[in-house]
Formats: sequence, structure tokens, C-alpha cells
Amino acid sequence: MRSDRPPFALTLGAVGGLLFLHLPILLIFLYAFTTEEKSYQFPPPGLTTEWFAVAWNREDIWPPLWLSLRVAAMSSAMALILGTLCAAAMSRAKFFGRDSISLLIILPIALPGIITGMSLRSAFALGGIPFSTWTIVLGHATFCIVIVYNNAVARFRRLGPSLSEASADLGATAFQTFRHVILPNLGTALLAGGMLAFALSFDEVIVTTFTAGQQKTLPIWMLDELVRPRQRPVTNVVAIVVVVATFLPILGAYLLTERGTETAGGGK
Amino acid sequence: MTDPAASGSAPGSAPGAGLSERLTALFWRRPGLLVALLITPPLLWLGVVYIGSLAALLWQSFYSIDEFSGAIVKEFTLKTYAELGLQQNIDIIVRTVLMAAAVTVASVILAFPIAFFAARYARGRWKAFFYLGIMLPLWSSYLVKVYAWKLILAKEGIVTWAANGIGAGPLLDGVLALPVIGGGSLSTSYIGTFLVFVYVWLPYMILPMQAALERVPTSMIEASADLGAGGLRTLRSVILPLAAPGIIAGSIFTFSLTLGDYIIPQIIGSSRYFIGQAVYSLQGTAGNVPLAAAFAVIPIVIMLVYLTIARRMGAFDAL
Repeated sequence: MRSDRPPFALTLGAVGGLLFLHLPILLIFLYAFTTEEKSYQFPPPGLTTEWFAVAWNREDIWPPLWLSLRVAAMSSAMALILGTLCAAAMSRAKFFGRDSISLLIILPIALPGIITGMSLRSAFALGGIPFSTWTIVLGHATFCIVIVYNNAVARFRRLGPSLSEASADLGATAFQTFRHVILPNLGTALLAGGMLAFALSFDEVIVTTFTAGQQKTLPIWMLDELVRPRQRPVTNVVAIVVVVATFLPILGAYLLTERGTETAGGGK
Repeated sequence: MTDPAASGSAPGSAPGAGLSERLTALFWRRPGLLVALLITPPLLWLGVVYIGSLAALLWQSFYSIDEFSGAIVKEFTLKTYAELGLQQNIDIIVRTVLMAAAVTVASVILAFPIAFFAARYARGRWKAFFYLGIMLPLWSSYLVKVYAWKLILAKEGIVTWAANGIGAGPLLDGVLALPVIGGGSLSTSYIGTFLVFVYVWLPYMILPMQAALERVPTSMIEASADLGAGGLRTLRSVILPLAAPGIIAGSIFTFSLTLGDYIIPQIIGSSRYFIGQAVYSLQGTAGNVPLAAAFAVIPIVIMLVYLTIARRMGAFDAL
């Protein structure tokens, strides 16, 4: 049958598109080894591994890294709780205002990040709230909720009500059902959602520039280096570390959710 | 959940039962109560933090700034909105909307072959390959992606090198000499900004598009062929209309993300502002928070109109 074999133009478009998506990231790996410090010359005049040692010894990289890790951990924990609660409620019967709530949940990622950032900035200004780690977490948790929600709600939907009903029929209380039936079934979806939320928060820069004040997360450090480069190859090394650090949670989330059937369309 | 009245007696409401049993019985009799308890904390969070902040933004945009002292005048006025009507600000808005539209159209065109191939032809191991091939760029660091393009588009970078290598150097110079969209190098022109926007937001278009294409029944495509339609006719009359909700869903992302981004045009582009840059510099160095807030209201209005239309066309089911 004809539909079994893709037309050549389609294959070309698909392969070309995938290459377009991947080649630029691979180029970063090459540039981390270049001996050229002042420009982005291609091809690199020579290759060296010294930049990894230089980056390791740069004092100004470590505090932003710790701050980013702390913020990502707090935000994803917060998003895990709120997103799961949301998913549990929304997977139940239809109720009044359900559509409005689903709109409210996707709004933080459907509206541009600059609006979330500028809104929080306005609220802090009006309320006289000083910038702190918590002001960053507040913003991050808000847009991470939808990531956890998407993962959890897909799992709830697949689970269906019959298992919980069986558990209730066998005399379990609502809490026992949650502990012994729902949680074990939900576990991997939550872990996947949490890891994606972590990756998203770890990498976020637009909202953060509005809520951080003078604090520097790793993405803000990178942004500074992009605008005013000091040692370009060091930025390349940090970029590689970030690529690897986000690659692992994504791969983990993929393996945890039945080969990704639930994270597709999760959006960022 | 099931209707308690229809399923007979409720469990565990015997006298002397413990707290958890009594709560279980209560939830059984009043399922709405459980839903309310579950939804309250997230609703409070989103309501207070997110909607509250949006309200603060709106509020702030009705304040104005004293031209002499630079202090914020906390009185309601439409003066700040009137400032948006200045020619230079209108230019910024038009520029941003045109860019967002161009990026969205280009994303649809580039995403279609990938999404269609992944949805219809990729099986087994190839399915996984395509899935990861789309998810990895989507989730890899935004700044790293922008940075990669800084390397690629730089005057001494790989594009110039490749163009000279195949003897297309003069062509590249010709393109850069074009009015408006050209510039000193690719990394300081609108062409560069456009390329990076398309690159960074493309996966957001592919995923909903692929989800929608997967739902197009094979039988319909076969029926179209049986009725004598060629490949292009089937694409136009059967596949595209059925995949439209997914395409619209994807366009919400590409359009909205382009509208609000200020980092890409700052790092790769000419020095002319986009809405995001205007907001960022007004609230920061310029210290004009009211005008920044008024500027930020524009993407909200545009997106609300966009979302309303998208919802009418059923795009939310494809998210």
C-alpha cells in the first residue's frame, strides 16, 4: 500500500528538520575545545581541554550554580504538591468552572514569560516586598505547576476510577486508598513531572531577571557572559554542563512515563 | 465519580468509627467536598500569586511617572496609555507582531514534515528516535540554544565560512545588504533574530501538530485516495482541516513566546526594540515601571484575543 512508504520530499523535510534542531547544540561541544578566546572563529584554529580546568577554578560560577539548584529544588517540590492536587481534582467528575480552571493552569505558560515576570515585579513593587530566593521560587513554582499537572492528569486519566472503587469496596479508607493504590500508580508520573519541572526551573531566565533583583542564578550568569563576554570558551564549558544537566532528567522522564506517552505536549 | 445514591449504602459510617473512616464516608456522600478540598490550595496559589500579580500589573499601568523627578505618581490616569500611542512605541508593537506572525508561519512550514513523518510513518524504534529528537531540543537550555546561534551567525562563524567555501559569499553579502532585514552580519540583523526565534520555538509547534496528525484516521486518507484525490489534494482537503486544532495550538506557543521574548533580539538582532526589550529596559534602567506595565498589557490583550479564537476552534483539546 502506498501509505506505507513516505514520499521522498517528506523524508527529506523530516530529516532536514531534525538536523536543523540538533546541529547547533552539537556545535557548542566543538567550541568548548577551541583555542581561540576572543572571537567565534570557525573552524577553530586549534583544540585544547584547558577551559574545563579554567571553568572549574572560576570562583564566580559556583554561587550561581548553587542558587539555581536550590531554587529548582524548592520550585519543583512546590509544583509537585500543587500540580498533583490540581490533577486529582480535575480528573474527577465535571464541575462548575472546570474549563476556567484549566485555562488558569495553562495561562502561566500560554502568556509570554515577560508578563509573568513583569506582573510579579509590579506586585513586589506595590507590596514593598524585597527580592530574595523566595521571590524567585514564587515565580518558578507558578509556571512549573502545569508541567506536573500535565503528567499527573494523564496518568489519572489512564488509571480510571475502577481501582479506587475496588479499594473502597474492600473497606479501605480514602487515605489508605491514596497511600496504597493511587500513590504507587502515580509515582513514576510524578517523578517524571518533578524532573521536568526541575529542568525547566534550572534553565529559566526571563521571569527570573524580573524576580531576582541583584541575585545571580546560573542562567543569569550566562546571560551576563553573553552580553559582555570575558572568556568565551568558559561560557562554552558551562553551556555543555547545562546541556548534560538537563539531558539526564529529560531522558529519565522519558523512560519513566512508558516511553514518553504522557509527557508529549507537556510544553515548557 | 459514581453517584452514591445509585450504588447503594455508603461504606464505613458505623458509629464509633475513627476520624479517617468518618472522613472517607463524608467524601463518599459528598464527592464535591473532596474536589473542593483538593482544588483549593492550587487555586489559592494561582489566584493570589498569578492573578494577583496580573492585577498588580494592570493597576501599575494606570499610574504615571513625574517627568521631572522621575517618581511614580500614584494617581489613576490614562496618561501612560496615551504614551503608548507615540510613533516610536507603535513601531515597536508593529515590529513585534509582524515578527511573531512570520515566526509562526515559518514554524508551521518547517514543523509539518517532521510531525507528519513522526505521526504516520515512524514505527517502533524510529518512533522513539523521533520522539527524543523533538523532546531533547525542546527541553535543552534556552540560553545555550541562543548562544549556539551566536556562534553560528557571527561574522567569523560557520555560516560565513560555509558560504565562502561553496562560493556563495557574495550571495550572503547581497542578502545582508537588503534594506530593513539586512545588517552588518547575520547576528546583527532581523534575519538572524527570525532564524533564532524559529529554531527555539519550533519544537512547541511540532508536538501539538504531531498529536493532531496522529488522530487523523488512516481510513480517511485512503478514502480520499479511493475517490481519486492526489497527494496534495488529500493534504489540503483532508489532512490539514483535521489537523487544524493542533496547528492552532502550536501557533499559540510560537506566537506568544515570540511576543514576549526579550533575550533573543537583545543578543542576536539589530538594536531596534521589540516589546519585551521595551518592557525590560523601562522597568530597569529607565525606572518607568508604569509605562513598562502598560507595554506588558499589549501582549496580554493580543493573546487573550488569540486564545478566544483558538478556543472556538477547539485547539485546547490538542494541547
